[in-house]
Amino acid sequence: MFSWSRFAAILVKEFVQVRRDRLTFAMMIGVPVMQLVLFGYAINMDPKGLPMAVVSADASPFTRSLVRGLEASGYFRVVAQPATQAEAEALVAEGDVQFVLHLPADFSRRLARGERPVALLEADATDPAATGNAIAAVQAVNQSGLDRDLSGPLASLRQGPPAFELRVHRRYNPEGITAYNIVPGLMGVVLTMTMVMMTSIAMTRERERGTMENLLATPVRPFEVMAGKIVPYILIGYVQVVVILVAAKLLFRVPMVGSLALLSAILVLFIAANLAVGFTFSTLARNQMQAMQMTFFFFLPSMLLSGFMFPFRGMPGWAQAVGEVLPLTHFLRIVRGILLKGNSWDAVALEVGALAAFLVAAGTVALARYRETLD
Amino acid sequence: MAEPDYAIEVEGLTKRFDDKVVVDHFGLRVRRGQIYGFLGPNGSGKTTTIRMLCGLLTPDEGRGTCLGFDIRRESARIKREVGYMTQRFSLYEDLSIAENLEFVARIYGIARRRERVDAALERLGLARRRRQLAGTLSGGWKQRLALAACLLHEPRLLLLDEPTAGVDPGARREFWAHLHELAHEGMTVLVSTHYMDEAERCHALAYIAYGKLLASGSAEEVVAGAHLATWAIEGEVAALATAAAALKGAPGADMVVPFGSRLHVSGTDAGALAASVTRVAAAAGLRAAPIEPGLEDVFIHLMRRTPEPVTVAHQAGG
Repeated sequence: MFSWSRFAAILVKEFVQVRRDRLTFAMMIGVPVMQLVLFGYAINMDPKGLPMAVVSADASPFTRSLVRGLEASGYFRVVAQPATQAEAEALVAEGDVQFVLHLPADFSRRLARGERPVALLEADATDPAATGNAIAAVQAVNQSGLDRDLSGPLASLRQGPPAFELRVHRRYNPEGITAYNIVPGLMGVVLTMTMVMMTSIAMTRERERGTMENLLATPVRPFEVMAGKIVPYILIGYVQVVVILVAAKLLFRVPMVGSLALLSAILVLFIAANLAVGFTFSTLARNQMQAMQMTFFFFLPSMLLSGFMFPFRGMPGWAQAVGEVLPLTHFLRIVRGILLKGNSWDAVALEVGALAAFLVAAGTVALARYRETLD
Repeated sequence: MAEPDYAIEVEGLTKRFDDKVVVDHFGLRVRRGQIYGFLGPNGSGKTTTIRMLCGLLTPDEGRGTCLGFDIRRESARIKREVGYMTQRFSLYEDLSIAENLEFVARIYGIARRRERVDAALERLGLARRRRQLAGTLSGGWKQRLALAACLLHEPRLLLLDEPTAGVDPGARREFWAHLHELAHEGMTVLVSTHYMDEAERCHALAYIAYGKLLASGSAEEVVAGAHLATWAIEGEVAALATAAAALKGAPGADMVVPFGSRLHVSGTDAGALAASVTRVAAAAGLRAAPIEPGLEDVFIHLMRRTPEPVTVAHQAGG
């Protein structure tokens, strides 16, 4: 028989418990708000104003007009005019620009002669989603870009085939295979989730089970506890990395151009950064449930704002600023750079520096939060 | 360095949690080699005091030393020399007995680890169970393991927080025999308990209520110091109940406590108490005789005499 009073007893108890657990309650309100903001405002599948470098050996009205035409499409924004190919190469490698427009020295001359010169637009196609629409827009520029400049004797060039050819070269991922971008990124995502989660419950478990008091009564130092708890997970993290790399190679045929040794070295830093975050959560959370919730609260923006799921450059400034703080953002640039672009240390040094800064900050907070007493 | 006479010497210890004064200007001196009993009702501040002694909590006021080390500044040294057994089992339930002991041995950097762990297992009769997970042990065995763990680094002072709570009488008796051996070898032991028989086995006692020290000394000194007169009334059970009701509020009868088929009636005004008891006993046809008050009578009396401070309403732990 269903008893209303027994049902009510459970019901009332649940409400009392939910109300008492403030953090869970805040999460239930906070998570939807966060998701609304992130999905609603931060995510943009059609990124515009992508940074472009122009390597021009020919400064003429035609070339200026061509660049203006590209910019007018809304997808391109000239941020650099490197003098040499090498400089342009470095800009692409470090991810400072998404496109490089190469204008040969005889572009105007050949255009005037009606020889249909070729301008080369190199695209960093590691993330096909970020460049797809921009490349599509190039075709329109191809058609109409120079019409206004083709006047007088050149007016005849307006008819017929376009006066020049804008050739697009998708670098690093010419076929635009999404898996090439996603699978290396997934390494970072998996590490972020498991590493933060595992350590976040590490200290709370000690507290919940009452073993913390015993631990604190011994001469063990905070750094010893932290290091001792973190190192096993670094090893677990490496196992995950190997699994993903093997799958990337065998199942998805992801190109691995760069140095795996360099990647492995940087991985320590990235894993440790995430573990420090988890350790901090673990000093804040009162129970394992709260620790899991905090992990989720960290994981959600990491997924959405790091450039893993959605193009980083499509996001508004504030979202990019948040993304820059997250270790995953920097790791994605590093891992994609090394595997797909074959980046060397020089090209990733800045991102590695960002990771190191994050590690130091998170580690300091974690150690400062660790209490040697029960006060 | 010269060994101080007192293993524990603290004065004016005060601890507040938020606005609640949990320990209020508490002072204590424990001679080396003594087993010192620490008694008081739940929530009286025993655990908090013990935690301040071993550096787990920082006192808000007061000063003192543990084994000659300052409890404020030298808690790292104290932690190395003190064995602390928590009220709740605080070793790892998902580690085996041997693994737990090895963990502790490593934390304290004990030399000849394996040997010492084996010896500890042997001494406590845990050798055959070394591979058993700590979580699957019964209360009594958990307590043995916990004691073995806090003895492993050969501390000079043991702080035991209700070590025998929930342990059967046989295991308790063994446990106390072991404590006396340790004390004989020179170990100082501060042990909190709720059991009167255990209190009587201590060399000295301290009674704390609402964070204040109410009495201290040997069991005899504590009893004598209370200046309490106690009468026992015996006879038919129904008549005892009537007598108990009649004695409530009678002049001199501060405390009426049933002990099975007896009533213990105590009070500080011996003359008034004698008059009341003999009157009521005679009326109900019961036998009454003066007896030596027991520790329990004294403790209940001490606690009742001390009004509960309003600020210390509901503090947990104790």
